[in-house]
Amino acid sequence: MKWEVVIGLETHAQLSTVSKIFSGAATAFGAAPNTQACGVDIALPGVLPVLNTGAVERAIRFGLAVGAKINSPSIFARKNYFYPDLPKGYQISQYERPIVEGGTITMQVGDTEKTVRLTRAHLEEDAGKSLHEDFQGRTGIDLNRAGTPLLEIVSEPDMRSAEEAVAYAKMLHTLVRWIDVCDGNMQEGSFRCDANVSVRPAGSTPLGTRREIKNLNSFRFLQQAIEYEVRWQINELEDGRAIQQATVLFNPDTGETRLMRTKEDAHDYRYFPDPDLLPLEVTAERLEAVRAAMPELPQAMRTRFVQEYRLAEYDALLLTASKETATFFEETTRVTVAASKVALAMDGQEPVESGVAKLVANWINGDIASRLNAEAIELRNIPITPGQLAKMLSRILDQKINNKQAKVVLEAMWSGEHDGDADKIIAALGLEQISDSGEIEKIVDQVLAANAQQVADFRAGKEKAFNSLVGQVMKASRGKANPQQVNDILRRKLAP
Amino acid sequence: MPQADTPAMSNATLKELSAQLAAKACSSVELAQDFINKINILNKDLGCYVTVDAARTLAQAQAADARRAAGNAGTLTGVPLAHKDIFCAKGWLTTCGSKMLANFVAPYDAHVVERCDAAGMVTLGKTNMDEFAMGSSNETSFFGAVRNPWNRERVPGGSSGGSAAAVAARLAPAATGTDTGGSIRQPAALTGICGLKPTYGLVSRYGMIAFASSLDQAGPMARTAEDLGLLLNVMAGHDARDSTSLERLAEDYNRDLAKPLKGLRVGLPKEFFAAGLSADVQKAIEAAIAEYKKLGATVVDISLPNMGLSVAVYYVLAPAEASSNLSRFDGVRYGHRAAEYTDLLDMYKRSRGEGFGAEVKRRILIGTYVLSHGYYDAYYIRAQKLRRLIAQDFVDAFRHCDVIMGPTSPTTAFKIGEKSSDPVQMYLSDIYTIAVNLAGLPGISIPCGFDGDGLPVGLQIIGNYFDEARMLNVAHQYQLATDWHQRAPAVSQG
Amino acid sequence: MALTLDDVRRAAHLARIAIDDAEAEAALAQLTRVFGLIEDMQAVDVSGIEPMAHAQDLMLRLRNDLVTEGDQRNLFQSVAPEVDAGLYLVPKVIE
Repeated sequence: MKWEVVIGLETHAQLSTVSKIFSGAATAFGAAPNTQACGVDIALPGVLPVLNTGAVERAIRFGLAVGAKINSPSIFARKNYFYPDLPKGYQISQYERPIVEGGTITMQVGDTEKTVRLTRAHLEEDAGKSLHEDFQGRTGIDLNRAGTPLLEIVSEPDMRSAEEAVAYAKMLHTLVRWIDVCDGNMQEGSFRCDANVSVRPAGSTPLGTRREIKNLNSFRFLQQAIEYEVRWQINELEDGRAIQQATVLFNPDTGETRLMRTKEDAHDYRYFPDPDLLPLEVTAERLEAVRAAMPELPQAMRTRFVQEYRLAEYDALLLTASKETATFFEETTRVTVAASKVALAMDGQEPVESGVAKLVANWINGDIASRLNAEAIELRNIPITPGQLAKMLSRILDQKINNKQAKVVLEAMWSGEHDGDADKIIAALGLEQISDSGEIEKIVDQVLAANAQQVADFRAGKEKAFNSLVGQVMKASRGKANPQQVNDILRRKLAP
Repeated sequence: MPQADTPAMSNATLKELSAQLAAKACSSVELAQDFINKINILNKDLGCYVTVDAARTLAQAQAADARRAAGNAGTLTGVPLAHKDIFCAKGWLTTCGSKMLANFVAPYDAHVVERCDAAGMVTLGKTNMDEFAMGSSNETSFFGAVRNPWNRERVPGGSSGGSAAAVAARLAPAATGTDTGGSIRQPAALTGICGLKPTYGLVSRYGMIAFASSLDQAGPMARTAEDLGLLLNVMAGHDARDSTSLERLAEDYNRDLAKPLKGLRVGLPKEFFAAGLSADVQKAIEAAIAEYKKLGATVVDISLPNMGLSVAVYYVLAPAEASSNLSRFDGVRYGHRAAEYTDLLDMYKRSRGEGFGAEVKRRILIGTYVLSHGYYDAYYIRAQKLRRLIAQDFVDAFRHCDVIMGPTSPTTAFKIGEKSSDPVQMYLSDIYTIAVNLAGLPGISIPCGFDGDGLPVGLQIIGNYFDEARMLNVAHQYQLATDWHQRAPAVSQG
Repeated sequence: MALTLDDVRRAAHLARIAIDDAEAEAALAQLTRVFGLIEDMQAVDVSGIEPMAHAQDLMLRLRNDLVTEGDQRNLFQSVAPEVDAGLYLVPKVIE
């Protein structure tokens, strides 16, 4: 039988506020245990929650970014259960009326564009941490994380493969960082996913019974866990066993999922509206203020890059993979255009910016991307500035250096040689291109004299011989001759 | 310096003590010492206080005297009071009447305590109460029942029974209390003192151990309406740490005390005078109404048609909220932890099973049940809808009257043990007070007579939202014309 | 609806309260009386009425995103039943 996979994701994005969602304790990562857990966080008798504006604004920003409806009022509810890392015995969350409802995420999966519908996104508080080692057989509880603001983003079951789920999660990850609501640090748990996975016979409409894989904190684990789970479910069904609704955990060491609890022992959370917190209103003014401060979103920016800079779709897609990349690109382009004194149009038809932009895009998506990739660092940690790169690119446009020489310059800039200054590097390495036509002519004459056979071949119509002659000239100039000029001069001299 | 005259001092009102301190007729330390002496003699028998700490009290009194000497005294600087043991007070044992918190020293101050301290008031101790404020007789306290100063075989009411008995027995000139379904007004009525439950949100709940968050409200307990106003002036005020604390300009709740009552429209709900009301109480209330007519008030017959459901609604909503509020008492970070257990689940169950008393457990079970899957709509949501109907009844009633009057409690103080085996009988003793909490309205109880056994009767005055000043005016004018509030139980004059 | 012993036990389990058979029986008897009182609510038509969750008809007030609370671990843990190395200790949690 052919099976169809159905996946929905619940993503917890930790909101990047400095204080907690309901208390004035700090949210900084890595403090000594329980030193960032104030009376509200440890749930002393008599303390009360007061909602953080920063968390609300971030939720609204997310809602606007995904084209969702912002509910006003939304309601905070208590989710009641006992666990040592949950000090109040309930988690404050939103249940029946979340602040964000609906919206979509559109992403690229391979060559096609895919849109996933969002069900909702709601505000809630994180729990503390249970530490299971080294306390004489006891579990240690650290409540520093308790009360950290989370936005739980719930998708519809719109994904049909692990690949789609990962693409969705990556797009969501890009977006929450792009709009500055979450630092996206997956190692620190700032962005983690639960995946609801089910399978059904291809072509059938009703959903299969789902199992939820909890707490996946890397894209690789997300992929592996879903792939394992899908295989497992299909095996079960093909062996004639029914799937039981359950919550499972993924073990990265074995690459398998294992049962945590079934529906039978599911909790009865006894949700009810929190009497300590009145309904949360989002006024039109607040909504407008957040909208006005909203950065240009990746989709819009991608479209603009294509229109304004005449970039290829694919280049624009790569450049808008993160806000840092997009900013780096635009800044480099701006400085390059401003710095170049030469007429820049690389083909007379296009605006100056377009020509520069294509050059910049090629370098960022090409050499720089592979370099970053090889060193496994992110663009935000790149050792060169847009200004430095712009200077180097200007020298290409000025025809002071050619592409081959530019690669050498980039290499030196990357290692911080000569303060990363392209001009100093070019001078120090003697890389300056020879654009003096007298000098090039001299070399050309020598090459023509020494290669009578090729000259004859060319004149006999063998175009290949021309290339060979160009190569000889470049070699004689130790790669420094301006290739265009070499071409022009050779053509002229060989002309009948 | 003239010596403080002990009996006179302890019989004095806040207003009188304030004047004597201002006139340097006595010092705050002398005053505090007088009360401490009296507490040492009477408290063993009455059980009003669960914690006294003379050293702390006297240190505060000394500071108050120094403040006065420096010329920075306010109206109540140096005046002593007692705090219900539901308020966290830094460095004080704060038990909430429970074994669960029997060893809990609060690491911070409640807003109410902060404000009283800032006014220079002197804490005499923490008063006994029904465990977690769940009770109407003060019998559910882990620290034993409080005895009614008018008759030691009788309950003082609850849950603020310790505060009420302390004020009635002249072991404190005033005290703080909290009122979730009548816990200030009912014990005030049963001990012959005054108690005010303010409009919900006027006094911050920060640091007040939560019972039912949407109903809990702190207020003053004292012997005169004027004293209620003085203490409310200190207790009330916006607090950013309580999301339900109201942002309002400060007001003097005693500003209208002197206003004549001519033209006052007093609403009498027929539901307050129906079956279940004791004849003696009814007689005393009717006499009080007659007195109000003499003072120029007119009487309007009104109806609160859904009031009869208020007890049922309350015993869904309050336990539901309580079951969740009390989940934090799990033996992990503070409070009672069982000595023996097999695993985490067992530790939770035993710690809570041992730490909570029978009534608290009963309400947690009720609350857990009504919130659980499949029952939520039938109980919890339905109760919230009826709550709206009950609140709406008052809105309609206040179109026809300025204040509503009736009994605070259907009976006078009942015998210790009389209702403790039947929760429903106990719950019904709050039948006239609960609706006020559901609506979030202010209510006062003032003494208005005695029954055949010499037990005090309380008159309840319910005002519209934020009408505390008018209610105090209405109570004060009555107290100018009568002397019920000046009667003292014999034990207090020993 | 009639409350059963199982209902009582289930509520006690959800609320993490140890309850033996005798206590469960006693609780059942008393809760049955209390629910007798509560059932009065079922007589009223509540259709179309908005549930009232708060005593005030107001919207939530928010606080600014500022760190106002410092480290008070030692004070807070002075009343804790069992701590080690700044952590609250509980019996081993098995996930």
